[in-house]
Amino acid sequence: MSGGEVCVIGTGMHPWGKWGRPFTEYGAVAARAALADAGTDPGEVDFVSGAATVRGGYPGFVAGAVFARALGWRGQQVASSYAACASGAQAIAAARARLLAGLSDTALVVGADSAPKGFLAPLGGDRPDDPDWLRFRLLGAANPLYFALAARRRMELYGARPEDFAAVKAKNAAHGSANPRARYRARTTPEEVLASPVVADPLHLLDVCATSDGGAALVLVRTEDARRRGAGPVRVSGLSAAVPAYPVAEPEMPYLAGDPPRRGDGGRVTGAPRFRAANAHAAYEEAGVGPEDLDLAEVYDLSTAMELDWYEEIGLCPCGGAEKLLHEGATRVGGRIPVNPGGGLASFGEAVPAQGIAQVCEIADQLRGRAEAGRRVEGARVGIAVNQGLFGHGSATVLTR
Amino acid sequence: METAHWLARGPDGPHLVGSRCTACGAVAFPPDPDHCRDPHCPGGPTEEAPLPRRGRVWSFTDCRYRPPPPFVPPTDPFEPFVLLAVELDGPGPIVLGQAPPGTDLSALRVGLPAELVEGTAAGPGGERHPVWHWRPLPADGPREEDR
Repeated sequence: MSGGEVCVIGTGMHPWGKWGRPFTEYGAVAARAALADAGTDPGEVDFVSGAATVRGGYPGFVAGAVFARALGWRGQQVASSYAACASGAQAIAAARARLLAGLSDTALVVGADSAPKGFLAPLGGDRPDDPDWLRFRLLGAANPLYFALAARRRMELYGARPEDFAAVKAKNAAHGSANPRARYRARTTPEEVLASPVVADPLHLLDVCATSDGGAALVLVRTEDARRRGAGPVRVSGLSAAVPAYPVAEPEMPYLAGDPPRRGDGGRVTGAPRFRAANAHAAYEEAGVGPEDLDLAEVYDLSTAMELDWYEEIGLCPCGGAEKLLHEGATRVGGRIPVNPGGGLASFGEAVPAQGIAQVCEIADQLRGRAEAGRRVEGARVGIAVNQGLFGHGSATVLTR
Repeated sequence: METAHWLARGPDGPHLVGSRCTACGAVAFPPDPDHCRDPHCPGGPTEEAPLPRRGRVWSFTDCRYRPPPPFVPPTDPFEPFVLLAVELDGPGPIVLGQAPPGTDLSALRVGLPAELVEGTAAGPGGERHPVWHWRPLPADGPREEDR
């Protein structure tokens, strides 16, 4: 089905933090780093694919053209992609499509944001026709409440405990302590997580990811061009950024309700939405690999409990098996299938449009054997990055070497 | 507010008003006046549909910190509130809603019955909008799936 492949030949990131600078600055730093890493002159870039900043659940500031200007307007083609947490993946998808169509030869993908403080909030004004606005006005349903409903569900279905969620944070914090680009570098114990204030029962403050400033960038070319350059190519072998399929039982953020089971479906629809699994499956299929081939995974741990859901949705274990996999140490660096070796959102906080690109940066760096000791996955050849966000957006990207 | 018609009173008490597709019967909440959301449905006009006023707690949580605007705290200082996800009888859709003020989180369990009661949400000018609340009910003996 594939019309060819593209390769990551350069990665770059601005460190995550709360720096209070314009997002363009982070994007430009990341982009220059990626270009230097690729050994690519900025003048070679003929397509700039920007992941749009997010304000109030919607595209915020202009991305593609602004990043291009920060690097110098040279008449490059541009695009801006908005898909909430999956914006970075859509920006990669746009670049890939253009490269494979032969319309561009060297693509620069950039995402960056300066996150507002505190809870992510909807746009202001009086906008009752917007479900993102309504969920706050009518219900006060901020994002962590949706994460908490899913976490409680996991406790009910599989007997998960807050101690299991806390152990996810401790694992990711240990990974992040070895990552100089991470915002939070301190190790954290499960006891510290459980002693932190409850935000939305059963989730504590340290179970829920923060919002951060950060920037990430990639240089992409077609595989044959990467070979010609002699770059140790990391191939984007599969990428899916599909919406869910109706009916979706669980109320997806920011909606107030889910869909009822379709008449005649018979069986009850319970548990996590299957669309996250569907994106992973589509990316595996395109790449010609399966979960058994994975050496590492970067999953979107908006909450610690959500990381456990991902284990099952990307096929690392059967449903209900995530806690066992975690406690066996399989998902720790050094284990059978390290998850979030970069430290995950637990160590980064979320810089929404940069995050999906940062996930791919981490996997590409791991596949090139460049991750620092302490989080390096030795001999990694296959990785997957997955995320999920507002309005039914989500993605899965499989990278191979 | 524009959402006032999502709530109505029937002979058994207050209930939500969704939409039902006249072609396939699929219901949706909030009501969708224009089209059926099922992509496999040939499509037809939708009509208003009263939704069951009872269901089962599918999940629950609470909110310990004041959410940002446009949420308006009904009390000053902000008081934490309980949020329920209730699967309507039928089975119908899972619908989110606050529990009435004073609901005890520690008494909640997934699977408990719950019923809709009328409540209000605060507006920025001190006004109150009608809104639905989910009131958890005492357990009603072993459920089929528990046996």
